[in-house]
Amino acid sequence: MTAMAPTPYRVMSRRVETHDVATLTLEPCGAAIAPVRPGQFTMLYAFGVGEAPISVSRTGPLLEQTIRDVGAVSHALHEAGPGQMVGVRGPLGVGWGVEEAAGRDVVFAAGGIGLAPLRSALLYALEHRDSYGDIALLIGARTPGDLLYAAEIADWRRRGVRVEVTVDRAYSGWDGHVGLITTLVGRLDAAPANAVAFVCGPEIMMRLTARELLARGIDDIRISLERNMRCGIGWCGHCQLGPWLLCRDGPVVSYGDAAPLLGVKEL
Amino acid sequence: MPAHYLDGLAAVARTECLRAGHRLFDEGGPADRFWLIRSGRVVLDLHAPARGDLIIESLGPGSVLGWSWLFPPYEWRFGAVAAEPVNAIAFDAAAVRVRCAADPALGYELTRRFAAVMLDRLQNTRMRLLDLYGAPAGGAW
Repeated sequence: MTAMAPTPYRVMSRRVETHDVATLTLEPCGAAIAPVRPGQFTMLYAFGVGEAPISVSRTGPLLEQTIRDVGAVSHALHEAGPGQMVGVRGPLGVGWGVEEAAGRDVVFAAGGIGLAPLRSALLYALEHRDSYGDIALLIGARTPGDLLYAAEIADWRRRGVRVEVTVDRAYSGWDGHVGLITTLVGRLDAAPANAVAFVCGPEIMMRLTARELLARGIDDIRISLERNMRCGIGWCGHCQLGPWLLCRDGPVVSYGDAAPLLGVKEL
Repeated sequence: MPAHYLDGLAAVARTECLRAGHRLFDEGGPADRFWLIRSGRVVLDLHAPARGDLIIESLGPGSVLGWSWLFPPYEWRFGAVAAEPVNAIAFDAAAVRVRCAADPALGYELTRRFAAVMLDRLQNTRMRLLDLYGAPAGGAW
């Protein structure tokens, strides 16, 4: 078995999250891939179509991977039903490092599909709830109908997570916020000196959120970057960003290190 | 802000406690007040025929509610309703305008502060117009 050979997994279940997002639960057919750390991803292979980098939204013996239907490969994966076979390569990249954040306040800030890779870290923190201080989850979405894992939010709150949700557009009846996710940062209780923030979403959203976090005194900020990942193991160079091959050295990087690169056009 | 300005503004202000669901104003109504929200949340809305009430934005603690009082015709462009119990300081807009006219330095100071709020809201609105969370066109995967 080489690093480029996918491991066969079977779709156990498929849960529709929104009109264009579904979560697959995958079980290995034989040997499983190595344990996945929160924040790592896999190359998920729709046989006969192609493979795509997909975040792991729940780690463990069974993988949960949340897929947005945006192209041919993701469409095939998004439509995969129970019993269907897919290929998994990974785990790839470095994780959030949430395991090392024990003892600290944790802020998760997610925009759109960016909640998928953060969910695995949030679930890890909840499994070790006593090891962490305040946990806050800020979610930005396009509309209430675009919220991922909406059925789980009440449970996260019950387990001690402060969850604030904001959307760009809503009609009366929506009882959350309406506005940019950055407006939620000021509501945080986290002690800046002892807080770490994990941010994932569109790159502009991450930059704006990081700016607000910095203004609030939170400077340990980690973001998850997406580039054109192909091989997943640092061979092909498609996902290079400055000194990094993001599939290998990322996708999670320090915002402090990444910030100078994010403003460079065509990089 | 200098204390004498604060004293002057406080003289035309009062505390308001609003229940959830209380409508502060409707589109087209006279913009005769503005508020500083101390706690709770207010949503700005606009009634769209056949679509219901569209929520424009929500404003939380520390936010200023209302700037139509600053400029003629002094009419609200949107509506506002308390989404949860709200504690706010309400200012008599006409009285504030009189004080600003009498003391241009106060007028400048207030205008400068409101301009900062407007800039912040304008920038946030522009970012929302980008539809950041929408699916990218021609997705690679």
